[in-house]
Amino acid sequence: MTQAAALSSIGVRRAESPGLWILAWRRFCRDRVGLASFLIVVFFFGLMLASGLHLIAADWSKEVGVNYAPPTFAGPAISDRSSAPPHSSRSESAGGLNPADPLADVLAEIRAESGGASIAEVEAPTLIFGGDRWGRDVLKKTIKGTETSMFVGLAAAALAAFLGTLFGALAGYYGRWIDDFFNWFYSIFTSIPYLLLILAIAAVLNQKGTVTVILILGLTGWTGIFRLVRAEYLKHKVREYLQAAEAIGASHMRRMFVHILPNVSHVVLVQLSLHVVLFIKSEVVLSFLGFGVGVDTVSWGSMLNEAQSELILGYWWQLVAATIAMALLVTGFSLFTDALRDALDPQLK
Amino acid sequence: MTPVNSTETLIGIHDLRVDFRVDRTTSFQAVKGISFDIPANSTVALVGESGSGKSVTALAILRLLPKENSTVPAGSRILYRGRDLLALAHGEVQKLRGADISMIFQEPMSSLNPVFTVGFQLTEVLTKHLGLTGKQARSRAVELLGEVGIPEPQTKIDAYPFQLSGGQQQRVMIAIAIACEPKLLIADEPTTALDVTIQKQILELIADLQKRRRMSVWFITHDLALVGEIADYVVVMREGRIREQGRVEQIFEAPQDAYTRALLLCRPQLARRPRRLPVIDDFLKPGPLVGRDIPERSRGLRGDEEIILEVRHLGKSFYSREGLFGKKEFKAVKDVSFKLATGKTLGVVGESGSGKTTVALTLLRLREASSGEVLFEGKDLLSISQKEAMQYKRRIQIVFQNPYASLNPRFTIGQLLMEPLQVHHIGSSEGERRDKVYKLLEEVGLPEVSFFKYPHEFSGGQRQRIAIARCLTMKPEVLICDEAVSALDVSVQAQVLNLLQDLQDEHHMSYIFISHDLAVVKYMADQVMVMNEGEVVEIANSDDIYRNPRHPYTKKLLSSIPQGWRGRPI
Repeated sequence: MTQAAALSSIGVRRAESPGLWILAWRRFCRDRVGLASFLIVVFFFGLMLASGLHLIAADWSKEVGVNYAPPTFAGPAISDRSSAPPHSSRSESAGGLNPADPLADVLAEIRAESGGASIAEVEAPTLIFGGDRWGRDVLKKTIKGTETSMFVGLAAAALAAFLGTLFGALAGYYGRWIDDFFNWFYSIFTSIPYLLLILAIAAVLNQKGTVTVILILGLTGWTGIFRLVRAEYLKHKVREYLQAAEAIGASHMRRMFVHILPNVSHVVLVQLSLHVVLFIKSEVVLSFLGFGVGVDTVSWGSMLNEAQSELILGYWWQLVAATIAMALLVTGFSLFTDALRDALDPQLK
Repeated sequence: MTPVNSTETLIGIHDLRVDFRVDRTTSFQAVKGISFDIPANSTVALVGESGSGKSVTALAILRLLPKENSTVPAGSRILYRGRDLLALAHGEVQKLRGADISMIFQEPMSSLNPVFTVGFQLTEVLTKHLGLTGKQARSRAVELLGEVGIPEPQTKIDAYPFQLSGGQQQRVMIAIAIACEPKLLIADEPTTALDVTIQKQILELIADLQKRRRMSVWFITHDLALVGEIADYVVVMREGRIREQGRVEQIFEAPQDAYTRALLLCRPQLARRPRRLPVIDDFLKPGPLVGRDIPERSRGLRGDEEIILEVRHLGKSFYSREGLFGKKEFKAVKDVSFKLATGKTLGVVGESGSGKTTVALTLLRLREASSGEVLFEGKDLLSISQKEAMQYKRRIQIVFQNPYASLNPRFTIGQLLMEPLQVHHIGSSEGERRDKVYKLLEEVGLPEVSFFKYPHEFSGGQRQRIAIARCLTMKPEVLICDEAVSALDVSVQAQVLNLLQDLQDEHHMSYIFISHDLAVVKYMADQVMVMNEGEVVEIANSDDIYRNPRHPYTKKLLSSIPQGWRGRPI
């Protein structure tokens, strides 16, 4: 008797009836690193949701501090160096001082609409994690950036996983010319250098914004998932349980998506979370290159883009904030994915 | 607890226990304190069903148990020529492995490395353990291959494993195992994956080698009938304990233990055909002893039965590419014709590759037939459209061989059994369907809670019941059993065979019963069809064919059935 047989014979004796997912969850809970990373991911999800629902960081674009306000723990900036020159330029633009300004009335109206208190508010010399060029709170900005970046990562990964799974299922299940067609398509797609492809699609869409970034990443990122799902389908379509399904008269669609898909779902799930990490990083790169989200939105990428000029002036906090948030989520998500893969590995069953 | 006081003891196992750790708190005792001896120059058979701990015992002797989760508690001793194998240093054990004790496994294909020639794998052992030079090793390897009966050893030595047949691969494995002239050869189910005719040859080879080399063979198997032919001593194990041990004649003629008796009688026998096979529980529960007094069932066709299914000149070819444009035809099934009578069973026997399964799959249109017709109530199933075929699909069903593979692991039993009802729109509402499924679960002897469980929570026999229940949901008129009981333990096999027979008696179904096990077919079938290389060589009433085989191939097949101990030439 093998060890697996010994284990399964014990499983049979248990009166309760745990499904495969419940068993996977139990294995997952045993993995401490996995559980910790899971909590990090959950925390970021909470941030994303809260920010998306305008519960927190809704006023991220409000200019609450002096420009480049340093973090509170670093103490206020020495006035002659950092705050003076931008201050003068700011007071001009802030308006109200020049009686000849033809736009004064209009500006006042706009300000009144968007929370008129802002003029009266005292600009804080320091902010919790510093401020950016316009005195916006970096912490809130990072939270808002988290929302954008995570949303882009998740949506793009979902799109890529959907396309990859659909193509992979069709190619692997039907074989023959359908398989050939998708394989050629895949080969052509992967033969184009990645960045070139992204830039090409960005040029075709010709529009900046979150949806564009999602489309770019989703439409280019399905190839790896396609390969894996196709291989899984090839493996499963010759299994006896599928022959049994055919014998009872189950249709092709039913066999493909009701019978096989749940059996390969763990592969898709792991790939999905791997791609979330990948796409979060890609979004940063895209935004850094200037193909990212629009100017009215903030993402980690756009924060890093701003940071490159700030860093020379010694304003490190925006860079650090975005980097820490990203590193935490990416590492957490990667470890979570690893643990997920271990827990879902059918080899253990 | 020495069974016999004959010759010198080669290996003595004393109070061996093996624990497996399942998780942090629970552990599982696979072997619960067993003691037996393996005398020198003899064959000891260890018999047990799956889960009895027989393979674990073998691995414990070779110290091959996984270290992470298995422990052998103190107090267990395995004495090999006075040395305790469990206390030896790792290096010492490694020296013994292969040289003094070697092992052959069940699956020859997966035991040989597919990317090296058999010669390479054989000489590796010789150079490593015996220190021969390359040239010496090669000539010794050729000798060994000749000794295990491989034809043209000079050329076959450079063959890759896939170029050899299953039987030849197992011969190579044996050659590797005996290369260093071990004192003990452990054979763990060495013939289970092989055809009957090959099985016989391999058994003869092992018996012959045992005598010639005066070594001991420790033969591990689940099949008591096989043991009777070759063993000197028999040890019967169940659930980690020894139930009985003794000389072979004692085990077969005067078994003391109820479980041993059960094992002997649960297996269908060629000579008898009781109405119902006894099962293990009949023997283990207290009460009057059952067994030899069950009335016999008579089988066979008179010739005036109603015919439900007629197959005419069925053929199936597979094509493989050859060269740039060429196609090579391989005829898997050639001109097969037979008739299936209503309420009767047609047994199909043949070795692997004889086309039995292909016939079954073409009948169901799971494979496209190349030629011929299948008449079901006068309608040719092979020529009708896919849509028309749907209504016939529910009337012909199939139970597959491997109960572990034929149930979708992500479906609950409820989902599995409800699906055919949904696909064929049987029953008017979900509730009605569910009631039907509950009734079927009861009919195949499974509790109602099974509805919510997943396949992995069931044993092999239970899973096969589920597969049968799934077929029954559609109330088929023809049920094809493709090696449906071959993967099951003897005791479970008897239960499933009884279930199939009860269902036939009750629903008057017709069976096509495909098996390589001639005894099982004899028990189940009214008519037997013998297939060889895609052709039907003989078809006749089962009693006739077993009593009086006409075709030489049938004779050869029948002569290779393990006879048990009484058929043993002494």
